[in-house]
Amino acid sequence: MLPELGHFALILALFLAALQAFFGIAGAAAGRERWMAAVTTAVAGEAVMVATAMACLMASFIGDDFSVTYVAENSNSALPLFYRVTALWGAHEGSLLLWIFLLAAWTVAVAAASRRLPARFAARVLGVLGVVSFGFLLFTLATSDPFVRLDPAAADGRDLNPILQDPGLAVHPPILYTGYVGFSVAFAFACAAMLEGRLDQNWARWTRPWTTVAWAFLGCGIALGSFWAYYELGWGGFWFWDPVENASFMPWLVGTALIHSLAVTDKRGLFKSWTLLLAILAFSMSLLGTFLVRSGVLVSVHSFAADPQRGIFILAFLIVMIGGALSLYAWRAPLLRSAAGFELGARESFLLFNNVLLVIAAATVFAGTLAPLIADSLGLGTLSVGPPYFNPTFMMSMLPLLALLAVGIHANWKRGRLGDKWRMLLNTLVAAAVIGCGLVFGIYRHGQVLTPVGATLGVWIILASLVDPIDRWRRRLSLSRAVLGMTVAHVGLGLVVIALTTVQSFTIERDVAMSPGASVAVGGYEFRFDGVSPVEGPNYSALAATLVVTRDGMPVTVLRPQKRQYWVQRQVTSETAIRMFRGDNILLALGEDLGAGRWSVRVQIRPLVTLVWLAAFIMACGGALAASDRRYRAVKVAAPAEEAAALERGT
Amino acid sequence: MVLVVGIVAGVAIAGALTLSALRQNVTFFFDPSEVAAGHVPAGERFRLGGMVVKGSLQRAPGSLEVHFVVTDFSHNVPVVYDRVLPDLFREGAGVVAHGRLRGDGTFVADEVLAKHDEKYMPPEVARSLKRRHGESRAQIPPPATLPAASPGAGVAKAGS
Repeated sequence: MLPELGHFALILALFLAALQAFFGIAGAAAGRERWMAAVTTAVAGEAVMVATAMACLMASFIGDDFSVTYVAENSNSALPLFYRVTALWGAHEGSLLLWIFLLAAWTVAVAAASRRLPARFAARVLGVLGVVSFGFLLFTLATSDPFVRLDPAAADGRDLNPILQDPGLAVHPPILYTGYVGFSVAFAFACAAMLEGRLDQNWARWTRPWTTVAWAFLGCGIALGSFWAYYELGWGGFWFWDPVENASFMPWLVGTALIHSLAVTDKRGLFKSWTLLLAILAFSMSLLGTFLVRSGVLVSVHSFAADPQRGIFILAFLIVMIGGALSLYAWRAPLLRSAAGFELGARESFLLFNNVLLVIAAATVFAGTLAPLIADSLGLGTLSVGPPYFNPTFMMSMLPLLALLAVGIHANWKRGRLGDKWRMLLNTLVAAAVIGCGLVFGIYRHGQVLTPVGATLGVWIILASLVDPIDRWRRRLSLSRAVLGMTVAHVGLGLVVIALTTVQSFTIERDVAMSPGASVAVGGYEFRFDGVSPVEGPNYSALAATLVVTRDGMPVTVLRPQKRQYWVQRQVTSETAIRMFRGDNILLALGEDLGAGRWSVRVQIRPLVTLVWLAAFIMACGGALAASDRRYRAVKVAAPAEEAAALERGT
Repeated sequence: MVLVVGIVAGVAIAGALTLSALRQNVTFFFDPSEVAAGHVPAGERFRLGGMVVKGSLQRAPGSLEVHFVVTDFSHNVPVVYDRVLPDLFREGAGVVAHGRLRGDGTFVADEVLAKHDEKYMPPEVARSLKRRHGESRAQIPPPATLPAASPGAGVAKAGS
């Protein structure tokens, strides 16, 4: 009964989304207040329906209802309760339902906050979100219904993919999707502004917190995914430039450009049409990511069903949404002239460089991700693109971006003169070079060409970001959350740069063959192999190796990597053992029985890799802090004249 | 004006660099028949894909170095690898290896990938088998699970 109820709730949600889209867009166009008032009701109704569908599917998972195909394929009676809940989004159909649920949640949040917006504008925003929601609901119902019954019911389920039986599944997809879906809000704001044919600084101020929060979630989600891949897959890397990773990274890059461009539109009323274009682009990248992941057109570490029907549907949806938005843009953007100008050395030009470089970075990632697809369709052969392409091309745009950042945050709006700040910038650069090179050569005593460059840039960004806030703090001046958040995010970026430089320069990876009692020295550590012993889990059997780690004769830790065999799918997985020691991240994975009593063991030491994830999290926290600034909440609907006057005086 | 010209020039340079980087750094896929026909440029790193021949896996006891044979049922290529094999590597299953050809015709792999479901073949391998033998040998039953937002549901990978 429950699956049918869930299915019915999804169908109702589809109708409500259609109503939401119609009342929102047509109501605003016709100026009918009662239509526009009905939009929030439709939003609430849709959210309740989608939540009901989620609850029904979850109940089927918890209750082991193997008469539902999706449950039978992704769960098992031996699966622990925790994973029966998270298995809901462990495969295609359920993760789409999660997408829709999160979109409904974002829409409710926008509707709740829409009292501060002009009624007509709010109706348009919610209407556009209704269109997006309608598309995804239609897709789910037409091609990926999670409630399809299995007749006859399976005696037991085929189990959740063992690799997904990990707490990472509980947090990574929901947070990543929250970020992905969040860009639909910026997209809806952009479409609404284009439908109005009017875009003022209030618009930027409404859009900024939503975009920044989505960006923060996306960053967190990417970092979590990277961390999960690191410890779960047993290969030891934390970033593979895999198509699915790129699919989440491209909207993040464009989103980063968007939050900076929005700052210019907010403060100076410039870059209007560029900001709109970026908002469309960021959401297009999210949709494209969904298309790449779901259609199975690209070979990826994420394996997906290559169902051509799904691919065609998403491609059509992509064309309608992006094509529609771009047509609207072509039609309306000429109306949105930016009046003011700025000088070459002004903050506006630095933010313009920031935008150009970030978009170039996204474009290079895009080219590398889609090159196999294009080559294949042109008959140029089957090829793959990996780190030898991505690393240098990505660095090509990132190095100038980082160098310009330190200068740019000290530049003035409008005027080009940096004045006496040159001296301070030079001082911080020298200090950064001393600290950076000192760290690299003091601790590691060697390095590649770019190692000192990366370390210096990272330290410079941190120092340059902290100069102003520390100065204000010492003079007991107030610091707004927006500035504080920006500082935290930039310090986080500096830490990411330092950490990435260290990891890329000093990682040690070795696969070794070990017999019990023997030791091997890797990267200053001694690893003694004490043999393997059997371990029993709730739904798997495993062999655990014991390795005693010492450094200069002092005990560091004992690590027990496992080789697991899950009972249902008979799949073998490696469970890595990881320990932090003085900034080094030591990872061990157990290989196979080599015969003659020896086992293969993968030993990897990655200095500061933990800081990559931590710093990415700090960046996201900076975003959240900035989004909570009072000036975004205090925006009133009326009094544009007062606004403009305030802008003249301040900033 | 200076700004605009500068940005356009910068974008053009970035585009040119990206294209040349792309041209130099792609890895092509070849199946054993193409390797036997000498399609692979000498010394180039490429991906070799096919099925692991049953009973071809050999290892001197206690040694990391492992030998196996990859086939497309027309031609065979011997492969040598000295790192940890992925969890899902199996004789009779599909495999994709990255590496170079040695003078004696042996493929020296520096990275080996295997698909997680033993029935599921890497798409390139499936396509190559289909081209050489028609549908019969290249039937790909749908994978048992369709994992979603996970870091590595599909492929187990060794090396890096």
